[in-house]
Amino acid sequence: MTTMTQAGPAVRARRGRHGWGDRLLYAYTWLIIVWLCLPIAVMIAFGFNNAKGRLNLTWQGFTFTWYGKLFAVPDLTTALVNSLTIAVLAALGATVLGTLIGLALGRFRFRGQGALNLVQFAAISAPETVMGASLLSFFVQLGVGRGYLTILVSHIMFSLSFVAVTVRARVLTLDPFVEEAAQDLGASGWTTFRLVTLPMIFPAVLAGGLLAFALSIDDFIITSFNSGSTLTFPLWIWGAQKNGLPPQVNVMGTLIFLAGVLLAVGNAVLARRRR
Amino acid sequence: MTELRETEAATAAKVAAIELRGVVKSFQSHGETVTAVRGVDLTIAEGEFFSLLGPSGCGKTTTMRMIAGFDEPTEGQIILHGGDVVGVPPNRRDVNMVFQSYALFPHMSVFENVAFGLRRKNTPKDEVTRRVGEMLEIVDLAGREKRRPRELSGGQQQRVALARALVNRPRALLLDEPLGALDLKLRQAMQVELKRIQREVGITFVYVTHDQGEALTMSDRIAVMNEGVIEQLGPPRQVYERPATAFVAGFIGTSNVLSGTVARADGDTAVIEPGPGERILIPGAAAEAGGTVELTVRPEKIAIGLHPPDGEACALRGTVTEVVYLGTFTNYTVRTSTGAEVVVFVQNASSADDVAASGDTVWLSWEPRHSYAIGA
Repeated sequence: MTTMTQAGPAVRARRGRHGWGDRLLYAYTWLIIVWLCLPIAVMIAFGFNNAKGRLNLTWQGFTFTWYGKLFAVPDLTTALVNSLTIAVLAALGATVLGTLIGLALGRFRFRGQGALNLVQFAAISAPETVMGASLLSFFVQLGVGRGYLTILVSHIMFSLSFVAVTVRARVLTLDPFVEEAAQDLGASGWTTFRLVTLPMIFPAVLAGGLLAFALSIDDFIITSFNSGSTLTFPLWIWGAQKNGLPPQVNVMGTLIFLAGVLLAVGNAVLARRRR
Repeated sequence: MTELRETEAATAAKVAAIELRGVVKSFQSHGETVTAVRGVDLTIAEGEFFSLLGPSGCGKTTTMRMIAGFDEPTEGQIILHGGDVVGVPPNRRDVNMVFQSYALFPHMSVFENVAFGLRRKNTPKDEVTRRVGEMLEIVDLAGREKRRPRELSGGQQQRVALARALVNRPRALLLDEPLGALDLKLRQAMQVELKRIQREVGITFVYVTHDQGEALTMSDRIAVMNEGVIEQLGPPRQVYERPATAFVAGFIGTSNVLSGTVARADGDTAVIEPGPGERILIPGAAAEAGGTVELTVRPEKIAIGLHPPDGEACALRGTVTEVVYLGTFTNYTVRTSTGAEVVVFVQNASSADDVAASGDTVWLSWEPRHSYAIGA
């Protein structure tokens, strides 16, 4: 029986001997990593496949052709542009609104606060099909034509709660007296927000915004209910896969994936430097 | 002309730094009205080190927050340098506050923290650099301008908070238990330091604390608060030596509270005679024979001996129940003939044995001027 203080050196000693348990854990960890990466690797590989005909399912040799002809399928390009612009706008909208809600929930006590919290978590946990269908009937009732705008509105609506929850969690950890100190030193309400509150909650605002972007860009279910004739990247792929997907889809997927990896690495590097 | 100017100067000097008139503060909490401050009147002079002392929940912090402008009084007036400031937001009041949690801006350097207030007033850049530099010199933090608050120790953060408030040259500085988070040694060092800084900058300090030692050490005057009212207001010595109420006697230092029936009154001195050879004289008690009177005696004023005292001293007989050796002092607990417990501090001036041991029958004595009747 080792006590708490002895646990540290004991663990280190065991690690030094490389017991069977450690090796097994090591192997298992890499198995999981490979397992998770395999589909992505296949996607990336088939972007370099010298595919002939409509099907891109068997390996037929290496080529850079599809990177050169990235925008050769006009509908696909339009769908990608739609997805990217909607994701950026939805992330911006959800970040602004979600941050304000998160601040209000974390900082103040007000009538209807409990209800707002509840509705928020309901929006996060509700099945997407239910939300998509109800948004559709809402738009039909209002007589709004489905298209780019209804996709954007519904994306802001479902990602807003994620931002609000992230920001609220951050606000709750802050010392409320810091804002009072700013006011005490002569800052108005707006100056206090700009110079003190926002910089302090910024990591959560950024995280919430990125989450909203990620949720928007690959949403399929809610979008399919409310898209009308407008196509987004996931909708176009879904429609095209019956006839075979062009390798450009793989290339675009690869590029989006790379952008995500770069963001994650950049964030990790920044976080390390800040420490 | 000269005469007139002098009169003006005299009047200006008499304008109090801070004046509270009939200040009441009630909160709504779960549908009930809670009154935190029930009618506080006080006047704080320019350049004074003034302490608001009391247990938690006594209303001292609420009183300070009303002066700063974070809470508005339900009733009454708050006058800063002759002007009523009720309704004026905190960013437009010429007082600054040092928060208990320091409330430093975590994302700014020490320099930026201290410069914050000056920047809000659009102070020229050179002047900001100069004044922040001077202030960091005063609080002994020169050379740490680029550090972030979390890279500093608790004591250093405390001094940044102080510098950040003082650099604005406020008309008054409000300090909310600023030393509460520091360990004992650092706290004592900072008490001396705070007093030095206050003398150096000559700004009115209003100091909120629950630590009576801190208040006694640093203050020019102390207001002892309890349940939303000021129980006593006066210089440290007066508050300590002549507690006005049983609460003040109990809260500040250790005090013995005794009571008895007045046997007779000699002029304005009430005399209690609990038993044969025993007597308690209370000068200025204004009590009549047959009435009950409560009094306090500080433990260090009482002498302990094996024989009844001579002359006119107060005398009580009792049995020692506990002896605790404390280094400089020995602390005796004595049960008197009337059943009251009296604490006595005896200074260990010589290395001789203890005056008495547990179980001994002893005589307690003190000079009549150390008995104080406490308010009815």
